[in-house]
Amino acid sequence: MTRERTPDMEIPFVDVAGSPFRPPRRNDFAAFEYTYKAEVTRVHTLTAMETLYEIQLLDPEERRRFSFSPGQFVMLEVPGIGEAPFSISSSPLRRGAVELCIRKAGSLTTYLTKVPRGIRVGIRGPFGTAFPMERMHGENVLLIAGGLGLAPLRSAICYVQENRSRFQAVDIVYGAKEPSQLLFSYMYEAWRQDDIDLSIIVEKAGPLWKGPRGLITKRLKEILADRDHAECARNMYAIVCGPPVMFQYVCDQLNVYGIPMQKMFVSLERRMHCGMGKCCRCNVGSTYTCLKGPVFDYWTVLNLPEAI
Amino acid sequence: MLFRVFDQGELPILFSALTARHEVIGPVEAGVDRHGKPFYAFEPATDFRALRLAYTTTKLPAKRYFLPCREDLATFRTSGSDWSKTVEYNVDRPRVFFGLHACDINALNKLDKVLTGGDYPMPWYAAKRRNMFIVGVDCEPQPSCFCRSMGADTALSGFDLFLTGIGDRYFAEILSNNAYNLLRGIRAVEPGEEEHVLYRRAVAEKTRKYTARVDTTDLTKILDMEFESPVWKSWGEKCLSCGSCAAVCPTCYCYGVEETVDIDLSVARKTKTLYSCNLVDFAQVAGGHNFRPESHSRLKYRYYHKHRGFVEAYEESLCTGCGRCGETCLAGINVPDVIASVRGEGGA
Repeated sequence: MTRERTPDMEIPFVDVAGSPFRPPRRNDFAAFEYTYKAEVTRVHTLTAMETLYEIQLLDPEERRRFSFSPGQFVMLEVPGIGEAPFSISSSPLRRGAVELCIRKAGSLTTYLTKVPRGIRVGIRGPFGTAFPMERMHGENVLLIAGGLGLAPLRSAICYVQENRSRFQAVDIVYGAKEPSQLLFSYMYEAWRQDDIDLSIIVEKAGPLWKGPRGLITKRLKEILADRDHAECARNMYAIVCGPPVMFQYVCDQLNVYGIPMQKMFVSLERRMHCGMGKCCRCNVGSTYTCLKGPVFDYWTVLNLPEAI
Repeated sequence: MLFRVFDQGELPILFSALTARHEVIGPVEAGVDRHGKPFYAFEPATDFRALRLAYTTTKLPAKRYFLPCREDLATFRTSGSDWSKTVEYNVDRPRVFFGLHACDINALNKLDKVLTGGDYPMPWYAAKRRNMFIVGVDCEPQPSCFCRSMGADTALSGFDLFLTGIGDRYFAEILSNNAYNLLRGIRAVEPGEEEHVLYRRAVAEKTRKYTARVDTTDLTKILDMEFESPVWKSWGEKCLSCGSCAAVCPTCYCYGVEETVDIDLSVARKTKTLYSCNLVDFAQVAGGHNFRPESHSRLKYRYYHKHRGFVEAYEESLCTGCGRCGETCLAGINVPDVIASVRGEGGA
């Protein structure tokens, strides 16, 4: 037996790690873990729990290219501390920078409250779907936020402000637990000046509070009571952001006043770990919130079991 | 497809040709269970005599070689407030898998669809997958195997070479150039009519031996209709939410990401850990709200992901029917029983 025993076989070695690290392109391996290096350029304390961070990309070329739409989210990464998804709160016109309204809730967000301006962080994204603002041009818009729901909604509000002439009547209904928990209070006057009707309702308040008290549904009822249902059905869009329990009550009420379900948009909250439809942590049934959401129309949400 | 037939005595030569230049992973005996029966594991093998090609399904799948439980996604070097990020795909050499069953090869095919597809292919998996050489072997259906119901009892793609025993010879299916070249090193001949008949007989005989089965007719529609079914609650009461089923599942790929700092604070690591949707905090968000707080809703989610959501997205179920989860479950929950009860055919 002197037969040749080593065949000329060579399993190809594809060195995918050898490719240089470059900005993301679709279907590109490097796109998966590509992080824009960014800097926290402004820290603005909003309330005892929430802080607004302005984060700017460092590379001028990336800054030119980075853009997002209202409703999308980014993954914010602090090396060694963690990575978490946050909705973007700033105007989509501002390229290369995002503002994130962050509540102190976990290890990453607690760390962020303790660091000075100027630290280097990482941004991945933007991911997810956006509020279809173009579709709302020429219509009435009702923007409803509960608590921290104003964070994703503020991006839409900025869009409305910047394109105010493209919209008919714009109402913001904002509900919070206490007056001290109201977010973006320095913006309210600017919104009102842009002919946006802002009404705020709080659940509990001291004697100094002059505004209405109660749940957001109560204020909503007062606002919508004198509207013509048929008119609402024809030319009213609604965006609803808030805690999961709020969606059902608010959206059902909006439906009573004639707004069709496909014209209501909600932003679902889930804890994404990858943002790209791989880790399954944000799944609602079989739908990836990071790919098909976080912005869904209410009709889709009702057809997703256990979405809210 | 090309076919070859060779004597069983030639297989060690084939094996040593592979081990000469590559790391080979194959089924070896890992111990003896409490009934005195041996159990098997996929381990690096250098000696053909240590291989057990007539093995029954291993306790753990070969997942740890391409989807390790813990894997570093990136490392950060920090200096002051600045940092630099290095992404490693953690693969430096090709690997040979010698003796995978059809269900485990199909598990890879299913993982390929989700992990190497879409806008963002997952580089750590794809890099390992591209550097694999797979030799499949046929198997003896066990009482827990329902791969035939899931359409995973034969592998049509995803391997380089597949061996089916016909008497004292092997009937080899060749799917790659490498496998063809490998077989040139041994005495292998083109099968004739007689060998094809023997092969078909061997496959038919294997098919007859399946005992467990799952009725998948209209399963996605039935799952849609039975979302509120009380059987989920009764299964949820049994479920211990331990996540063993995901640990042994060859297709469970869900994960979580966490970051740690080295003790000298100069290096930080981003680590991916495979997770299970049955664990209590799988769908918990910051602030403590849990979208699936009850064990039955998590168990249901697992079944809906495997048997409904994946079918909707990729036209096939994410379950290969290997039966590992049912064998491992401490509460005795297994897929055939759960699906039968959802269909209203006995069970729970």
